[in-house]
Amino acid sequence: MAAHRCRYLACLLLLFLSVILVTMSQETTLGHEQHELVIRPLHSGDIYASFQFRTVWETDFMKGNKVSHYRLFPKSLGQVISKFSVRELHISFTQGYWRTMQWGQPFIPSPPGAELWVWFQDSVTDVDATWKELTNVLSGIFCASLNFIDSTNTLQPSASFKPLGIGNGTTDHRFLRYATLPREIVCTENLTPWKKLLPCGSKAGLAVLLKSEKLFHSSFHSQSVHIRPVCQDRQCKSSSWELRQALNVVFDLHTSGQSKREWSLFKMFSRTLTEACPLASSSKIYIDVTDNPQEEQFELSPATPLLSQAVVLGDRRTFSVYDLTQQVTFGTVRSLNLMIRWKSSEGDMLRPLLHAERYVTGYGLQTGEIHTLMYNNHPFRSFPVLLLDSVPWYLRLYIHTLKVISKGKDNNPSYIHYQPSKDRERPHLLEMLLQLPPHSVTEVTVQFERALLKWTEYTPDPNHGFYVGSSVISSLVPSTVAMETNITMEQPLFSSFFPCKEESSYFARVYTEPLLVNLPTPDFSMPYNVICLTCTVVAVGYGSLYNLLTRSFQVEEPNPGLAKRIANVIRRMRGVPPL
Amino acid sequence: MATTEVERRRGQLAALSIAAVVIVVGVPLWWRTTETYRAWLPFSQIKDLSKLQLHLSADVEVVFARGTLTPEQQKKLPLTQTQDEEHAVDENTVLRYTHEIKYRTATIMEEEALGKPTAAEADLSLHMLSESPCGSSVVYVIPEVSSLLPENVKVYIGQRRTAILRINAEMRAGKTVEQLLAVLKPQIKQVLQVMSFSHTDITAALSDRVRFNPGSKESMTHSMRAFTSSPGYEITFSLLNPDPRSHRLHWDIEGAVQTYIQPFLTKLSPLANFSIDSQMLHYAMLGVNPRYNNDRGAFILHADSLAHVINPVEARLGSNAASSNPVLNFLLYVPDAQHSPLYIQDHKKMDVPSNAFHSPRWGGIMVYNVKNLYGPEAEFPVNININMAEVMGVFLTQLRLLVGMESSPPPPGFLVAPCGSVGLADWELDRLMWSRSVENIATATTTITSLAQLLDQIGNIVINDNIAQQVSSAVTSVQLAVAELEAGNLGFALQYSKETILASEKAFFDPSLLHLLYFPDDQKFAIYIPLFLPMCVPILLSLLKMASEARRRYREKQAKKD
Repeated sequence: MAAHRCRYLACLLLLFLSVILVTMSQETTLGHEQHELVIRPLHSGDIYASFQFRTVWETDFMKGNKVSHYRLFPKSLGQVISKFSVRELHISFTQGYWRTMQWGQPFIPSPPGAELWVWFQDSVTDVDATWKELTNVLSGIFCASLNFIDSTNTLQPSASFKPLGIGNGTTDHRFLRYATLPREIVCTENLTPWKKLLPCGSKAGLAVLLKSEKLFHSSFHSQSVHIRPVCQDRQCKSSSWELRQALNVVFDLHTSGQSKREWSLFKMFSRTLTEACPLASSSKIYIDVTDNPQEEQFELSPATPLLSQAVVLGDRRTFSVYDLTQQVTFGTVRSLNLMIRWKSSEGDMLRPLLHAERYVTGYGLQTGEIHTLMYNNHPFRSFPVLLLDSVPWYLRLYIHTLKVISKGKDNNPSYIHYQPSKDRERPHLLEMLLQLPPHSVTEVTVQFERALLKWTEYTPDPNHGFYVGSSVISSLVPSTVAMETNITMEQPLFSSFFPCKEESSYFARVYTEPLLVNLPTPDFSMPYNVICLTCTVVAVGYGSLYNLLTRSFQVEEPNPGLAKRIANVIRRMRGVPPL
Repeated sequence: MATTEVERRRGQLAALSIAAVVIVVGVPLWWRTTETYRAWLPFSQIKDLSKLQLHLSADVEVVFARGTLTPEQQKKLPLTQTQDEEHAVDENTVLRYTHEIKYRTATIMEEEALGKPTAAEADLSLHMLSESPCGSSVVYVIPEVSSLLPENVKVYIGQRRTAILRINAEMRAGKTVEQLLAVLKPQIKQVLQVMSFSHTDITAALSDRVRFNPGSKESMTHSMRAFTSSPGYEITFSLLNPDPRSHRLHWDIEGAVQTYIQPFLTKLSPLANFSIDSQMLHYAMLGVNPRYNNDRGAFILHADSLAHVINPVEARLGSNAASSNPVLNFLLYVPDAQHSPLYIQDHKKMDVPSNAFHSPRWGGIMVYNVKNLYGPEAEFPVNININMAEVMGVFLTQLRLLVGMESSPPPPGFLVAPCGSVGLADWELDRLMWSRSVENIATATTTITSLAQLLDQIGNIVINDNIAQQVSSAVTSVQLAVAELEAGNLGFALQYSKETILASEKAFFDPSLLHLLYFPDDQKFAIYIPLFLPMCVPILLSLLKMASEARRRYREKQAKKD
């Protein structure tokens, strides 16, 4: 009964909030701005903080007219999308691996390293050339090695990556390019240009928390930029650009905080909040208090009367909301320093319904086997997943050895798209649609042979190994609660990234670990040694041949023996003629 | 004895044939396989480019209105005259200017146009009668009785390519045509100095090619102010709002660009492509803290500190991701509420009336004070609409300077028509086109010659066919541009000069040239010695042995003969 009343209250609050939002968005006509920070205490003792900054630019771009006047939208990205006729652009930089089993699902998943996928508009004629140019420009904007994206690591997935924004009907995967750089190391130089894209920079609002020395002192760091076309209003008569900048970070405060389980904004980011960005129409902090309805687990201070409920990743969660646009939030000290003190360390997390892992088996440097394991933890429902595997050309897949086994039986994929590699041109692409039986592990194995590279193709540290990008598993996971169908303003940002129309299931994307594979590596001083050795052998052979051909041979008088010579010397001394 | 002799001969033959094989087969094979690909370049033509003789010629029409010539003077009026000038700028560059002057009397319609009440109207109706081609100019000579020009004005220079010149009564009284023309000549020359190319402009345009001692400080600052010639420019207007908490700024940049900037750029379109964009930057600060002046109750930014303003702002401006053309930045800075009003002072501690300054080859900054637009009791944030006419007036003036339009005061007695809504007179465009063509040709010739020199010096650089093609097309375009300049076709000359600069830059910055197959000599020896030393030493030794034997035998033969 109490819970019911609570929910009722939350719904009312939600309604109230949405009214505020709508009135605020009417104020600015040429785009608006929403900022958000979600903090979720994880059961492992870690803290998951997820920032999202959303800029909407109400401009009609699909009709091909040139837009060149920027207000909130960053000019550098605007120029990129209009020059390269980009329809959708998703780029992420991640340091560390998201541990799904310990941390649950992230709001915006991303693989380790850099990931870039782009849908071009269908007016683009030479997609490959445009893609090449685009990666070079993005590499300059984000100070990353995206210029290493070439045809050997670019894919055209046929089913896994569908446009997330509104489209004009065409989902022809000719206009899609996908690439990952699992080796990419993300650091401050990538964060600075990312922060520059925010309208308030890091001068005001939530972005003041983004201090690089704290953000990179964490277990997981991921920053991403997503640009897509969205509807301007409910009728969707006109479209606008949406730019979402997301930053997810997981702090391990339990070990760094002298084993005291408590945290605050100041402890995590070494800053407190004093104001919202004046350009943002909404700026909020959400704290996940689902597992703490009666404050039996932790204590949150300062307390907030605002509660909000949202369905995110198939689960109904309750959040305490701090609205930074209200002066009340900052209290009398004019600064907000959220604090959580844990009371008990008990409680367990709902196991994520889908997770996956991947590893390489085998010994020696000739062959090996890739194992991909997908877990369906749902007790009674099976659901379909799309597996996307991209393997570089120097691991030659034996596709006839492909085996899919769940619960000890063969599991026949209902759709397979396999594109064999071409040496030094394109990677292997394997896409499969599989049905994961309830409460099961599905294992996909495929054998491969390691190729020998040319000596200039090795990386500077070849003995470190070669990276193989993560597998991507996209699926519709059965939801534990029913979803609202209308995607409107009142939803918080973190719950509305993947559009979802289905009520009983939600979309989830899971990335496996990248693989590190050793290739047969030569001794790199070998070429010179070989040259010297062969030259010497040739010279010796040639020398004796030359001698044989040019010298003349004649019989010589054999030398007198030693005894005879000594005898002759003695005879000469005696004045006797020699022998 | 005989067998040993046969053996010796056989050995010698074997050594000789091995040496022959090595020389005939081995050496060419080695040469072939280690050679770098170098396409043919027109080196002789490039060498010719290092000696540049530019010949600029322009047509001038001198039209005598009724009342300036007596009937017999009219009869003897020559049809054409040429004015020639030659300057040797340095030992490799020679400039020649030719003005082809045509004389005629005015037609009835032109007389009618000259009879208009004001010079501006006359200018317009003369333009309607006939449009003179690009690069040419027309001078109308009117009698002193005409009321077209104000009292103390001798020459009126119109918005198009026409000038109106008034002659005095004593200049023509009782003189022959030759004498009259001799009197007119310096005046016409003065007019052409303003309307057509001038020697200072052209030498300034050659600065990329010729290093000459700077003349006056003034001319040097002028030559360094304008952007160098480029096939395209990006113009970026940025509104800097350091304090979005108190000021909410609105500017109608789309409308302002359409009204003020676009007509100017459309007129300039034969010169280069321009693209415009704008952005708003929040929390963007200037690099210096302006000092507060108690007497004025205002903040003062002194001219000495302006140099430090730009750098911190520039980091926020962002580079242009979509093209590699030079960017012209125009910043409108609205000082925050705590630091306003803000005024810029020049070196004489006087307020700059426009409250703006420009930075050579970079752009302009204008400070726009909004403090007086709201009272002290205003509620923050204040909504402020920026007066774009005021801002764009300043930016357009700066843009004119940065594009290379000189606004030096005209000589005494000259009246220059105001440039009107377009912001640019036809003859100003012509002047710019002359100097741009010369600049393009100068830059392209230096680029090509230095590229050829580089390729000549470093034998290891691979020259691909596409580079050779770019270089040849650049050379052909240079020759065409020079020829068109000589023929007086300014439009074509500029077109070819743009092509040549594109082709030469493309060749010079081609990435395949960087892909240098560079092996240091010591490494080469380290690889060659193990193979070549053991092979060549026996061959050389046996050849030497044979030679010495042959010489010995020859001497023996000589001795026998003696």
